[in-house]
Amino acid sequence: MTKEAVENGSDDMLIDGVEPEQMQRNLVPEGFNPNYLKVYYGKLFPYAEIFKWMSYGNDGKHPACDLSYFGRREFSFTLENDIYLRFQSFNSAVQMENSIKEKCPFKIDIGPVYSVDPAKRHAYAQGGDSVFTPVERELVFDIDMTDYDDVRYCCSGADVCLDCWPLMTIAIKVIDTALRDDFGFSHILWVYSGRRGVHCWVCDGRARRLTNEQRAAIPDYFRVYKGNENSHRKVSLGGFPVLHPSLARAYTEVLQTFFEHKLLCGQNLFATEERFEKILEMIPDASIAAELRGKWQENRRSSISKEDVNVVRWEQLKHLLQSGKQKILGLRRCVEEIVFTYTYPRLDMEVSKHMNHLLKAPFCVHPKTGRVCVPIDPDHCEEFDPTTVPTLSTLLEELNMGSLGGDLENDNVIIPEGMGE
Amino acid sequence: MEIVRSQKISASDVIPILPLYRSAPVLEVRLEDFELFAIDRLRVLNGIDDGLSRGKKPEEMEKLVTDLWKANMRHHNASQVINKDIISHFVLRLVYCRTEDLRKWFLSMETALFRYRFRIESAEAQKAVMGEFNLPYKAVSNSELEVSTFYVAITLLSPKIGKCILALEIKVPFEEVPDLVAGRRVYIHKGYAYVAMSQVVSLVVTQFRSHLSKALVLTNRKWTSTIREHEKDRLTPIVQALSTRYVGPDYSQPTTEITIRDIDKVASSSFPLCMRHLFEKLREDFHLKHGGRMQLGLFLKGVGLNLDDALTFWKAEFSQKVGAERFDKEYAYGIRHSYGKEGKRTDYTPFSCQKIISSTPGVGDHHGCPYRHFSEENLGAVLGKMGVGGHIVKDVMDKVRNRHYQLACTLTFEAVHGCSCDTGINHPNQYFSDSQKILQPKVYIEFTFSNAMLFTPTERAKRLYNG
Repeated sequence: MTKEAVENGSDDMLIDGVEPEQMQRNLVPEGFNPNYLKVYYGKLFPYAEIFKWMSYGNDGKHPACDLSYFGRREFSFTLENDIYLRFQSFNSAVQMENSIKEKCPFKIDIGPVYSVDPAKRHAYAQGGDSVFTPVERELVFDIDMTDYDDVRYCCSGADVCLDCWPLMTIAIKVIDTALRDDFGFSHILWVYSGRRGVHCWVCDGRARRLTNEQRAAIPDYFRVYKGNENSHRKVSLGGFPVLHPSLARAYTEVLQTFFEHKLLCGQNLFATEERFEKILEMIPDASIAAELRGKWQENRRSSISKEDVNVVRWEQLKHLLQSGKQKILGLRRCVEEIVFTYTYPRLDMEVSKHMNHLLKAPFCVHPKTGRVCVPIDPDHCEEFDPTTVPTLSTLLEELNMGSLGGDLENDNVIIPEGMGE
Repeated sequence: MEIVRSQKISASDVIPILPLYRSAPVLEVRLEDFELFAIDRLRVLNGIDDGLSRGKKPEEMEKLVTDLWKANMRHHNASQVINKDIISHFVLRLVYCRTEDLRKWFLSMETALFRYRFRIESAEAQKAVMGEFNLPYKAVSNSELEVSTFYVAITLLSPKIGKCILALEIKVPFEEVPDLVAGRRVYIHKGYAYVAMSQVVSLVVTQFRSHLSKALVLTNRKWTSTIREHEKDRLTPIVQALSTRYVGPDYSQPTTEITIRDIDKVASSSFPLCMRHLFEKLREDFHLKHGGRMQLGLFLKGVGLNLDDALTFWKAEFSQKVGAERFDKEYAYGIRHSYGKEGKRTDYTPFSCQKIISSTPGVGDHHGCPYRHFSEENLGAVLGKMGVGGHIVKDVMDKVRNRHYQLACTLTFEAVHGCSCDTGINHPNQYFSDSQKILQPKVYIEFTFSNAMLFTPTERAKRLYNG
């Protein structure tokens, strides 16, 4: 095992934009390739933990457990070149481990627990028409940064940075609290999706056994965003005289603070005419919008204020809309609507609504970024930094360091087969 | 009637005013009534379907259901009214148990019917129904309500209940009231929903729905295992005719064919606004998100674009943005999938207006129904592009404000084609075929002629319906 071997073997795997210095520091070049993945699956992937989790106690160690339980769970593999293998199932941790090591999937998805072993679904299909059906599935959520593209100016599409990541922090805080306090769930796992979002797994027995109809009600409960590309109206908070208690809690405990302390200046929400116009559009009273517009257009020419322009303008807007003169509910609600529009979680609804939707397994490696889908602690989610999440190459690097430090026994694992060719 | 013989009802059972259809009664039914009652009930369910797809408010639905029921479900013999209700339900259960789509439609419509019938019942009758369902509710104790947040939250959410609130709140697991949860119309705490008496309908409806859903699956098993064969000379033909006659065509089998060459021409002449908009956005951005690809892709399939042409068509657009290679890798699968060539190989059917209207387009999405999902400003602009202007736009906007989205689309159709459309628009592919009929009358006559030759022998049900 030498540094030279790694570098020689990987000459043709360099990706654009990797600086030479970085190459020096990282013996293993950044990026993703099947050979790194083999090492990862060989040495690091937590098979036993995933098996234990997905067994929910049905592991043969307890009396009255259902030994067929894990074996009825669908796993789905995406191999190199986008070959999909649906309906994989395993009867033991070892079987799962061997299959993953052998097939080396670029992506592993987890589906529902079915009424019968999904691998044998065709055999059962002879008997009747609806015997093969999902019976249990974690309640899952998928939050993706691309759904926020109209409210973030730092990056778009697949990119994320520390200026927009607070949107994900907000989503975790709001949804986690509601799942616990409102719905009474307690077994909740948050996972970084590897690139630009987060996944959530609610594993309580009660959550796993929700029917599709009951399940669909929960993402709807979280849905305030009603806008699309062809309509201005962005959020709908309901026609009640006050906010629903769950929304009110989110607003006072999370949204307001994050909006004013992170996003307002981080995203420069009022910095240009185009941006503040988008906010003015949300004010139902044309004269107030015009008054603010007048102030801000003038103020652009003589901007000598020491305070941040975003803060100044936001305070002006709040002052006008919330002053005692505004008796109309719609106008007072308007400040809240703006905050909700720019902060409240946006879920990919379809993922949560049906039992048989697949979701990527935790601890997969994202094939584009090489980052590991690591869990996020919801109590400390502010501290999570997507840009420092371990990548395949940093992990291999650490393994290398370890073995150079004397673990000679495993030396040969570091350069997987095929790397030196 | 097999289903009658196979189930028993104990003599002590009293049928409440609002039947729950737990079990089929032992009754003799004349074959003619079997069919007639079912057709009458179908008229009600179709009326409900229409009302829902127009997004009618609960109060409007209440009135609609009452009117539909009065118009169709009367019987000259008063003692037969309940029998007619029950028999027609069980006949349709048989008719609509046979595929997933049929079950889904029947379940939604019967549930809606039950919901609005329940709402107009007296409090006494409502309590009786709740008793029948054995609802596991727990009245909220006063001490619990004294917890100030609960009290404030509940009072604010159901202001009309006012003072009586203490006595009338009930506490149920949130799973029992999914529609109240989805609409954030209840306070939820630690897994329990606090439901006001006025919201109890939601609880009852959930019970009704889950009973019926299970019953439909069982009926289907019985149908495939015994009834179909036993009754092949008597009921089976009637049952089969009833379902195909009334759900309307699903446009899964294209009756025309178009090629890529024609697509631009027919898009500007015969696509409804929702598809035109997607088509233009695709041409503009060389991309559509998933919802848009499904809505337009299945429509084009229904219009008669074959798989090879569809791949060529989408590739030509997408590759300008993402490159041909990425198209092949990431998008071609989805197109083959929607043609039933991948995965579980379901041959997906084009979306109906109802499905499109009830979709929820989000950021970056262009699908959905323009009449429902566009702001007035944007709707006016796209109508203008279609050459619709002046007072017609005003009429369209009126329909939109009253949430008659399909009528708005029908008005647009009439304006564009310069002739009336009496049936109304219920499906984008119907819009297309109606438009083509007007533009190419000759082709259409040949088509109906050849279709007429294929009519099934169960003319009886059809004659009854038409007459």
